[in-house]
Amino acid sequence: MEPFLRIDATAAPIGIANIDTDQIIPARFLWRKRRDGFGHLLFHDLRFRDGGAPRPEFVLNQDGYREARVVVAERNFGCGSSREHAVWALYDFGIRAVVAPSFGDIFFNNSFQNGLLPVVLPAERVAALRALLEQSPGTHVAIDLEAQTATGPNGAIDRFEIDPFRKECLLAGTDDISFTLGHRGRIAEFENAYEGKVRWL
Amino acid sequence: MAAPATLFDKIWSAHAILVRPDGATLLHIDRHFVHDGSGNAFRMLQEKGLAVRRPDRTFATPDHYVSTLSHDFASINEPHRRGVVEELEANAKAQGLTLFSLTDRRQGIVHVIGPEQALSQPGMIIVCGDSHTATHGALGALAFGVGASEVGHVLATQTLWQRKPKNMRIVVDGALAPGVHAKDVILAIIARIGAAGGVGHVIEYAGSTIRAMGIEGRLTICNMSIEAGARAGMVAPDDLTFAYLHGRPYAPKDADWDAALAYWGALPSDADAQFDREVHLDAAEIAPMVTWGTSPEATAPITERVPDPACVPDATRRDSMQRALDYMDLRPGTPLAEIAIDRVFIGSCTNSRIEDLRAAARVLDGRRAAVPAIVVPGSGLVKAQAEAEGLDAIFERAGFEWREAGCSMCVGMNGDLVAPGERCASTSNRNFVGRQGKGARTHLMSPAMAAAAAIAGRLTDVRQFTMRP
Repeated sequence: MEPFLRIDATAAPIGIANIDTDQIIPARFLWRKRRDGFGHLLFHDLRFRDGGAPRPEFVLNQDGYREARVVVAERNFGCGSSREHAVWALYDFGIRAVVAPSFGDIFFNNSFQNGLLPVVLPAERVAALRALLEQSPGTHVAIDLEAQTATGPNGAIDRFEIDPFRKECLLAGTDDISFTLGHRGRIAEFENAYEGKVRWL
Repeated sequence: MAAPATLFDKIWSAHAILVRPDGATLLHIDRHFVHDGSGNAFRMLQEKGLAVRRPDRTFATPDHYVSTLSHDFASINEPHRRGVVEELEANAKAQGLTLFSLTDRRQGIVHVIGPEQALSQPGMIIVCGDSHTATHGALGALAFGVGASEVGHVLATQTLWQRKPKNMRIVVDGALAPGVHAKDVILAIIARIGAAGGVGHVIEYAGSTIRAMGIEGRLTICNMSIEAGARAGMVAPDDLTFAYLHGRPYAPKDADWDAALAYWGALPSDADAQFDREVHLDAAEIAPMVTWGTSPEATAPITERVPDPACVPDATRRDSMQRALDYMDLRPGTPLAEIAIDRVFIGSCTNSRIEDLRAAARVLDGRRAAVPAIVVPGSGLVKAQAEAEGLDAIFERAGFEWREAGCSMCVGMNGDLVAPGERCASTSNRNFVGRQGKGARTHLMSPAMAAAAAIAGRLTDVRQFTMRP
């Protein structure tokens, strides 16, 4: 996994609540393999008409937002299905951070497994950020993971909270599995004790 | 004496292998279910040269991509769909997992067969690469969905790193009115707390309504915890739970049963346990519910009308309501019971168990569906049970297609799709944009309400139908 340190990039506002993972990537594309790439399928039915022509009303098809690497969203972004393809689609498109008042729990966890940073800020701060981005397409949002800050186009700085373990893994680009396998002995010890107690499993 | 603990607290601490100073906890996983959407996770494992750590704790069945017309492999006529089903079966065999193959009577939707086989038991931590894993919490387990990377992590280590969510209790008290079912209860809960109302929490459902409800109703309620944003939903195990599990294939036997009962009996939340948030609902106030929008929180009693965005003060919420009504092609003020439908789907991990099929059949008995309709049992064993009771004949006489088990039209990954612009009365769990097919319009409801909608050709109040006892 690629480490996440900081980003200072074009941000796209998507001010719709409850953007579910079916909208981020429709179910009909899920049979594909990870290595096939999913960036071209991101927000597919929001982004493209039936014949494949871009929908001009969708933000990522508009001047100033096509190169976005940050999305500033609304509450409960990534709710619904556990499909990690939603994170892969965002990542493969080039998105490295999503700012929202809240996230679907599984999407939130999946993000950290892939080097995508979900940033939780208060709803009114997220709305203010979106308003600035809508006024000035192409402007940047900067996110510094080490300092836990998000800086808007007007220079206003918001500090965000993040689970220290997740932060450490993202900064280092650490893969969870390799890390956990380092605890093999402790896992086996636990299993022995647990199965002695709950022996009917 | 130990501090008072909730059901969730007890299960969590019994599975904590390591707790880092920052709170990240390495949890032991008792059961891991994999399905035909798990291919990318197996590939991650292969790329790292790792084997499944605990094949004895890992159970596989194909459900998302299987044809519901026939369970011959050849009947999956699109190569990419057949490919993922074959890949799952090959992975299961190569890794020595227990497989309920497509041709096995025990095959079915993973969240139906776990409880049915008693693979899911009180006190367990159960995970699966599917957000509706919360279903299994109805038996007093902590069960939650994970993504592909975490599936790979569990395959490789039989553990997961998690941060402990908060405790939330939803208490429903009183008797449900006739025609009101578990699905109406969970839709009413989601309408109350919202689609993000449970984010960061594990919900324990409690109260006399839940206690009186059979296990299958509890499975329906826990199933849709994710639609309320919660990490998991659970119900304390009780005598109904134990009676449900006793004698099932993977339930403990003999002396193990007695030991398990003693262990399970100590799991319910202590009387003075603290919850971070509590919500109360009065069962008597719950009517048959239907969704009108594109989020499960967009739910109302069937007796109401399509809401008016103009009455919503918050601009973001007003826009999202208008967007939903545009997609659903609905006008504010229309009585919900006047909305004509094009088809009906009875099935999914929410509502495809035997009691769901019985409830729908009671409404349909001696009547005809006015629109195309399919019923997809949750497992081969549910199908066999329904056939033994003659329910298949009731459905077929009513004009329903009687299908083979699978996820089917809930998510349409097997090709069972609602056509663009069509409106479907569905017993599934998500009314998202495009969920049942591109441009499809979904109204969620109980099996009894879906059966009533099939007969009327529109959304309608099932309480208007007289039913044979």
